[in-house]
Amino acid sequence: MRKFDTKVQYLKYKVLREVARQAWNDTLLENLISIPEIIVPGKTPTMRCCVYKERAILGEMVKLAIGGDKENPNVIEVIDIACDECPAAGYEITDSCRGCLAHRCEEVCPRGAITYDHNHTGHIDKEKCIECGKCASVCPYSAIVNRKRPCQNACKIKAIYINDENAASIDNDKCIECGACVYQCPFGAIMDKSYILDVIDMLKKSENGKNFKVYAVVAPSISSQFSYAKLGQVVSGLKKIGFHTVVEAALGADMVADAESRELAEKGFLTSSCCPAFVKYIKSAFPEMAEHISHNLSPMASISKYIKERHENAKVVFIGPCTAKKSEVKLETVKPYVDSAMTFEELQALFDSKDIDITALEEDVLNNASYYGRIFARSGGLSEAVEQGLRENGIDDFTLEACVCDGIEECRSALMKAKRNVLKANFIEGMACNGGCIGGAGCLTHGEKNKTQVDKYGREAMEKNISDAISVLK
Amino acid sequence: MKVTICIGSSCHIKGSRSVVEQLQELVAENNLGDRVELSGTFCMGKCQQGVCVTVDDRFFSVSPETVKQFFETEVMAKL
Repeated sequence: MRKFDTKVQYLKYKVLREVARQAWNDTLLENLISIPEIIVPGKTPTMRCCVYKERAILGEMVKLAIGGDKENPNVIEVIDIACDECPAAGYEITDSCRGCLAHRCEEVCPRGAITYDHNHTGHIDKEKCIECGKCASVCPYSAIVNRKRPCQNACKIKAIYINDENAASIDNDKCIECGACVYQCPFGAIMDKSYILDVIDMLKKSENGKNFKVYAVVAPSISSQFSYAKLGQVVSGLKKIGFHTVVEAALGADMVADAESRELAEKGFLTSSCCPAFVKYIKSAFPEMAEHISHNLSPMASISKYIKERHENAKVVFIGPCTAKKSEVKLETVKPYVDSAMTFEELQALFDSKDIDITALEEDVLNNASYYGRIFARSGGLSEAVEQGLRENGIDDFTLEACVCDGIEECRSALMKAKRNVLKANFIEGMACNGGCIGGAGCLTHGEKNKTQVDKYGREAMEKNISDAISVLK
Repeated sequence: MKVTICIGSSCHIKGSRSVVEQLQELVAENNLGDRVELSGTFCMGKCQQGVCVTVDDRFFSVSPETVKQFFETEVMAKL
């Protein structure tokens, strides 16, 4: 069964796995510069023009795998030398143009940007073109293409620009660290920084819980991941690499659903605060809406706070689908509760760096949260949970009108309307990734079935209600 | 006296919620709120023996069926 969607992910995984392997063995420092050669040995290039370029890029990936540029606060970085400088000219008429008589493209163009040469072939005047795409949609030969860089196409909030060297660059003031570009760049030229060295260091120093205990808090989207094994085997694997125990972030989601429903009824209008990329987006692009962000900590931070308050010297590592969580854990409000955040991709690398085949392990259990906490992993789940929270709290004089925003474009449109007071809703559920967390950049695989998997995992929860799940926490 | 109940996944499946709820009721019924502190923990590392409960530093294996007796002999009697 496939472990990754693309070869780019596989390459990144190989870098992370090798870095982790050296770190476990205490040989990272001496072997750091040899890692590219360990991954691409010999003289024959496997991906690019020559092995030297491949290794140079791998060297940059190793840097990111060990934490990246400390001066740059963004957890997402462009590897300049890996950027293929894809064409980005916008709409162009290709040689598929047959020089027809109809000239539908010319007719439909609102700016008169299309002219014809002596062969009757069309050309677009870039000075006039407004990139509306109408010409492309009417051409009977599909001869008009929109040359856009995949990274810029992935970044719906336009945080990626082309720099003077023609490579992609990230505008840190706009970037929300969702990682969409990381997943979409076909050359693997954009990567999220990894903090697995911190995690390995913590696990080593804990000496299997002898000195202090390391708790793994896993996001509910894990139910759609590691599909080649059982979830219980993933839990066993986590304990095998040294985590004391595994706790569902979904239990934190139950806490959030309970608190958020009460906060919403009290204030009358709220936006969710679970998705760190969405929260960052509001703060940077809609600062006037920031006062409406729910005051709840995210599910990750809520359950981690509970753990830290009850277990002295505990360390907490969040494991999820999200690159933006790596930034959330650095916030002053979250820092005391979560020590590090990593992705499912990185967890796969950690397992394999210790040569742990999770499919050979016995199944452990993971069952704390309710159905509602678990469905936070997919778009719409949070709103369902808040509605249930209102019911369970006996709040019947407030009716939830949720605006479920699936992906950052929908978030933007809802925020624009809310800003102008024309949004017909009293709650904005904002998830930056398409489909919700299951669409996160740190997922091993993305697919149609993931939502079904999350719902199935939800139904398997022993606790059916939010209040039952959180009653033990009080 | 501090009574800690494991609410980790393994104990949860074996009924730790019921153990917690029964203990909360028993403490309230006997007006011991100021003398017995109930708290939760995630995993005591003895999952086979769940539901795991400690009274100060002593370990006990409790189930929803035995919690009443446990409360009488190990909590009430030792106060």
